[in-house]
Amino acid sequence: MIDSENVTSRIRNEIMERCDQDVNACIQCGRCTASCPVVPAMDLLPREIMLHLQNGTLQRVLDSKTPWICASCFSCAARCPRNLDISRVMEAVRVKLLRPRGAIVLSPGKLSREMLQKLPPQALVSGFRKFSK
Amino acid sequence: MHLEVWQLEYLYFPGCTLKDKSGLEMEKTALKSAEYLGISMKEMEEWQCCGAVYPLAEDDLITLLSPSRTLYAAKEKAVVSLCSACHHVLKRTNERLATDKDARDKISYYLEEDYPGKTRVLHFLEVIRDEVGWEKLKEEVKMPLKGRSIGAYYGCMLLRPSQEMDFDNPEKPRIMEDFLEALGANVCHYPFRHKCCGAYLAVTEEGVMEEASQKVVNMALEAEVKELITACPLCRYNLEQSPAVKEGKIKISYFTEPLAEALGLQVQEGSK
Repeated sequence: MIDSENVTSRIRNEIMERCDQDVNACIQCGRCTASCPVVPAMDLLPREIMLHLQNGTLQRVLDSKTPWICASCFSCAARCPRNLDISRVMEAVRVKLLRPRGAIVLSPGKLSREMLQKLPPQALVSGFRKFSK
Repeated sequence: MHLEVWQLEYLYFPGCTLKDKSGLEMEKTALKSAEYLGISMKEMEEWQCCGAVYPLAEDDLITLLSPSRTLYAAKEKAVVSLCSACHHVLKRTNERLATDKDARDKISYYLEEDYPGKTRVLHFLEVIRDEVGWEKLKEEVKMPLKGRSIGAYYGCMLLRPSQEMDFDNPEKPRIMEDFLEALGANVCHYPFRHKCCGAYLAVTEEGVMEEASQKVVNMALEAEVKELITACPLCRYNLEQSPAVKEGKIKISYFTEPLAEALGLQVQEGSK
């Protein structure tokens, strides 16, 4: 749990630096959310991720399923009127959680033999690049 | 060989999936078509996987190494890919090395080589559009795809982010439609042709991927599309998981398959 203001601000800055995006520039218009093809599976809307980062309610972002549902399709970035790339914000959140802990989302042992046989190499390489550090 | 001399010379970067059964069809039909059109596609020596996704975290430099090796090896020659993801990663890495001095210095230090930053990174569709031209392609078509209702599926990697990919209009692309028109097909327009298929969620969130790809396929079906073309092996795999594809209502092909067909080229199953 994030329990102090200092920790919150450190993690928030870390996320902003890693994605090279200024979350405070977001005007909450919701175009990212309207453009997102996988939004029905998210527990927080892309717009809400931005809002929690602005407000410093970081735990909501770190506990959210949303960054793991983002498919990095860049539709949000293409349509953001503030030129923010929200897919990079999602990546920064994933990286923040993955780096200290490694394969918490995907490890070879989690894939069935059937999946390993049927998925194209591109799926496996991109899956491990995104979900395992 | 159709033409007496090679007109256009490129280095060909295959990538992991083009050597697998899931992507081999694209390689075979593309190389055969390229040869016929007078495009030299010499496979790069000792290439390695591009990493399939471009690292979006600013400090994720280690994953830039493998695409950087490809760019360094190509030097001032142009690198051509068939796979959208390979093209995406190589093009963005090239842009990063050209514009981010810190990243370039660190990678150069690691690779012990200085990069001139002049590699041209092209997708095969761009080579056909910009260097062969639609008119010339049309002239080379021996068996026009008359009456075949084909739709273009762009997906994400070729188009976005458009400032970096500089491929086509990201909201209203037309390169694949122009391509299909040159091949004589009945070009179908439908919404969702540049919506995501679910990409790598095929590995971790199969249901989410299936929902996303079914939306694309269903939109195409409503517009009476019988066949969709793609340049991405993962898009193809994801779209093929749709019930409509499994029931044979619609077919997913690599863009190079109707190309080879229209050029009248025989590509044997299992041959190379």
